[in-house]
Parts: sequence; C-alpha cells; structure tokens
Amino acid sequence: MNVMTKSTVTEDGRTIGGVLMAVDNITLRFGGVTAIRGASFDIREGEIRAIIGPNGAGKTSMLNVINGFYHPQEGTITFKGEQRHDMRPHIAATQGIARTFQNVALFKGMSTLDNIMSGRALRMKRNIFWQILYNGPARKEELEHRKYVETIIDFLEIPHIRRTPVGKLPYGLQKRVELGRALAMEPDLLLLDEPMAGMNVEEKEDMSRFIIDINEEFGTTIALIEHDMGVVMDLSDRVVVLDHGDLIADGTPDQVQRNQGVIDAYLGVAHD
Amino acid sequence: MLFFMETVISGLLAGVMYSLVALGFVLIFKASGVFNFAQGVMALFAALTLVGLLSGTTPFTHIDNPAFAMPAWVAIPLTIVVMIVFAILVERFILRHLVNQEQIILFMSMVGLAYVLEGAGDILWGSDVKVIDLGLPQGAWDWLLDGYGLYIEKIELVAAGTAVVLVAFLAVFFQKTRIGRALRAVADDHQAALSVGISLRSIWIIVWSVAGVVALVTGVVWGAKSGIQFSLSLIALKALPVLILGGFESIPGAIVGGLIIGVGEKLAEVYGGEIIVAIFGRWYEIDPGIFSATENWFAYVLALVFLLFRPQGLFGEKIIERV
Repeated sequence: MNVMTKSTVTEDGRTIGGVLMAVDNITLRFGGVTAIRGASFDIREGEIRAIIGPNGAGKTSMLNVINGFYHPQEGTITFKGEQRHDMRPHIAATQGIARTFQNVALFKGMSTLDNIMSGRALRMKRNIFWQILYNGPARKEELEHRKYVETIIDFLEIPHIRRTPVGKLPYGLQKRVELGRALAMEPDLLLLDEPMAGMNVEEKEDMSRFIIDINEEFGTTIALIEHDMGVVMDLSDRVVVLDHGDLIADGTPDQVQRNQGVIDAYLGVAHD
Repeated sequence: MLFFMETVISGLLAGVMYSLVALGFVLIFKASGVFNFAQGVMALFAALTLVGLLSGTTPFTHIDNPAFAMPAWVAIPLTIVVMIVFAILVERFILRHLVNQEQIILFMSMVGLAYVLEGAGDILWGSDVKVIDLGLPQGAWDWLLDGYGLYIEKIELVAAGTAVVLVAFLAVFFQKTRIGRALRAVADDHQAALSVGISLRSIWIIVWSVAGVVALVTGVVWGAKSGIQFSLSLIALKALPVLILGGFESIPGAIVGGLIIGVGEKLAEVYGGEIIVAIFGRWYEIDPGIFSATENWFAYVLALVFLLFRPQGLFGEKIIERV
C-alpha cells in the first residue's frame, strides 16, 4: 500500500492525507473460531472512518488488533509507515493511538480530572525520583499538563463534574470523560468503540458534534464503530463493513448503502 | 485512670505495628489485586538481610565475619536494593505469567512465594534468632515513667514515628504524582490503563519495591522488639483482621484498622474479664482471668463482627456502579 497517496479535499473543505494506518490481510482466530478472516483496509490521515457490521461481525476484535490487545495469526499492521506483524498496547499508545471502549473502561474510583490526567501518563517525563520529592520539576510538569487537561474539560463541556468520582456519573457523561482521557493523549489516531451506545437522541447529537469538532479542530484521524446508521452515514468519510469476520464492503457511505451484500447482511437473506 | 491511659497508649503503639504490616498488603492489593500472602515473610527476609549485612555474615555459611560488617548507612540502602531486585524477580517470574488469571490462582502463587522466600532466608542467613542493633532506643521512656507513672517503651514510639512518616510520604506519592495516578489506574482497570500507555510491568515493580521497603521497616521495628526470628512471618496473619476492618484498598484504613485492633486487644485483655464478671457474675461464677489470653483471638472476632455489618471495611471503596 502506498503511504504517499496524494491528498484530497472533502466537500466540507477538510484535507484527507495519505494512509496513516493500514491493516493487511488480518486473520484472527480464537481456538476454532475465526473472528476476522483476511481483512484489509486503510485509514487515511484526517478522515473519519467507520467500521460497521451486525453483532459478532468482528468490529471490536478489529479495534483490539489495531491497538494491540489481540495479536492476529496472520497479516500485518502498518502505522505511520512502520509495518508490524502485530501491535502492542504500549507501542500503540506511544505511537499515538488512543481509544475508548464499548463498555466504558474508566478508572471508577478516580475523579474526572484524574481520569483525564491519566491520559497524559506518557507525556510526563520526570522520573520516579523527582516524583518522590514531589517538588521542583515534577510539580511544574504536573501543572503544565493540568493546563492542557483543563482545555479538554472545557472543550467537552464537563467543568462541573471535574471533581466527581466518575463511578457516580450517568452513562452519557462517563462516555464523555472516556473520550476526554483519549483526547488527553493528543492522539494521531482515535479509536472509538460505539461512542453512542446507550445514549438518547440529545446525547447522541452532542457526541456527534464532539467527534466532528475533534476531527476538524485537532485534525485527529478517527476510526469508529457505531450501530446507529444515521450517525455513521452523516459522520464518516468512508465505511468498512464486516460480517461474520469477512470484509464485505468498503467505500463512501453512499456506495456502502447501495451495496447488495451489505443490505443482505443487515436485513438477512434466504439461504437456499 | 492512669492505668487506663497506659493501656490505651500501649494499645495504640502496638496498633501502629499492625498498621505497618497491613500497609504492605494494601499497597500490593491496590495495584495488582493480589493478596500478598508473602508480606510477612518479606518483612522477615528484609530484616534477615539487613542483620546479615550489618554483622558481615557470609551468605550460605552463616558465619559472621566482622571484617565484612557494614555500617548502617551502607547496609540499609543495600537491603533496599535487595528488595527491589526481589520485586523485579516477582514480576518477571510470577506476575507476568499470571495476568488476567483468577484471584485464587494469584493467591496460591503468593502462598508459594511465601514458602520459597522463607526457605531462601533460611538457606542464606540461617534460622537462629538474631538481634538487630540499629541503635534504636530500648527500655521505657524515663520522664513519662518518673513524671506521670506511665510506662511506654521507647521503641514503640520510634515505630509510631516511623509509621507516621512513611504513611505521610506514601499518601502524597500516591495522590499527587503521575506514578501514583498510574497505580490507581492499574488498580481500577488493566485494559484501560494499557490503552493510555501505562506499563503494567513497571507499575508492578514499583509497587512491589515500595512494599519491600515497607516490609523492611516492619521487619526492623518488630525485630527490634522481639528479635528477628522465623515466627515473624506469622505477623502476616495479624494483618488480616486489620485489613477487614480498614478495607483492603485503603491506606488510611490500614492505619486506623491497626490502631483499633491494637487498642481493642489491650482493652479486652485488661478489662474484658471484669466486664464479663460485672454482667454475668450474679448468675454464674466466672474467673476474672477469663480474658487474659485474648490477644490470640480478639482481633479475629472483631473482624467477624465487621464482616457482618460493613464488609467493605471502614474506608474500603464501596463499589459504586450504575446499572
């Protein structure tokens, strides 16, 4: 796959660059079950890429492969031009991949602020000895990062819950805090696993707005899994469709919507 | 009244010792969800190592060679280094292989670790009772004894002071620094911690090292009081009721739990018999000495009562979850 693919400009004036991440011929098996079968697609710089498919299609598995929780049996992952057989969570995080989880994975005992601060973990360099002293450089560093985290809190419109332990927050806000934690990593690629699951219409609208703003203002590339087709078709530049571990379609929302294989996968088709 | 105060104070001071043991447990439990059965043995091992270095004992032969005897300012840092190496070994050979395993498997591995470490201590430094001499003050506090008639051992006050310093330091470290936050993050959710780039391995090594240092302090303080002997490893069991009282995840809980158990034990021992006689004495003939050996079981009964009414402990994190 060619990293230097020329950039294009979307209708709404955003620039889509070259390939940021490419998965090539990924096969993932759990014992006898094949979760993903030879899937290949790419994610370009600056785009919003959706991964859709019915339940059990392998969408979350794909996200887990991309950020290194799962190690595929076959295939390669290329991120920023570097080809790997598999990813490791730590490498993914260092290289600029952040993610949220399907069932909100926050640090429940900690406040909103501390949760989002934990996203800065990799950017804080002062070593343990300075931190033991908790003075001078370590403290100054802490304050600098705190400032950045405050901008994220403002951006996500959650200053009022700054000090609240996140376990006490309603689900919609928890999702927002989780997004904040991922944003604090200043990622190049943001993976969102069902960012709108379990939300009401209003919350979905808010979340959609945040996703668009993140993409436009921070220039962050986003790959998201979502079941709400209206949202997916509105937000994304390109859509990958998985079904039972097979990649059955890849293209713009329009192309995908018209694809017979996709319609069959979603509506069911008589097997005779 | 004076006697009552003496009882309470000596209970508090004994409680500090329990708190120290419990502290080591809490640290490791918070970070890795492992009940570190080996904490008591770690205290023993650290103390043995320190004594060995102080008196210049050659490992394996158990022969003291005064020529190799080190001064305390060399021996203490060196012992800390030994405990850090131990932390690295635990991560490398146990924790790394047991990620995401059942609690009971982790617990069994800790039981195994306790025996391995106890054996290692025996082989390296010998099994005789050792005396530790760090110049910690011994005997009673004279001005308290002369002026107020209170008998308080100096060593217990030193232990209390050490514990206060240690706890203050740990509290700041874990609440205010990046590593502290990372530690709490790992305790809450392994996957989420990994996704923000926190390295589980280095966090585990740090936590076990800190627990090793706490073990060293515990070993020295207990050892100075009663000699360094292998029964020291059993103080681990004394920490259990403290943890049930204080909550497995709370540092302040470990402290307060230890103090309550310490005072409770002493009070029960001294006044328990009288109280029982006062209540039941008119119906039954009771020996007032009935409560004289409470130290062995009182803490556990207290823990049982707590389990009935407040299973998460005094300070334990109540699991808040929206369904």
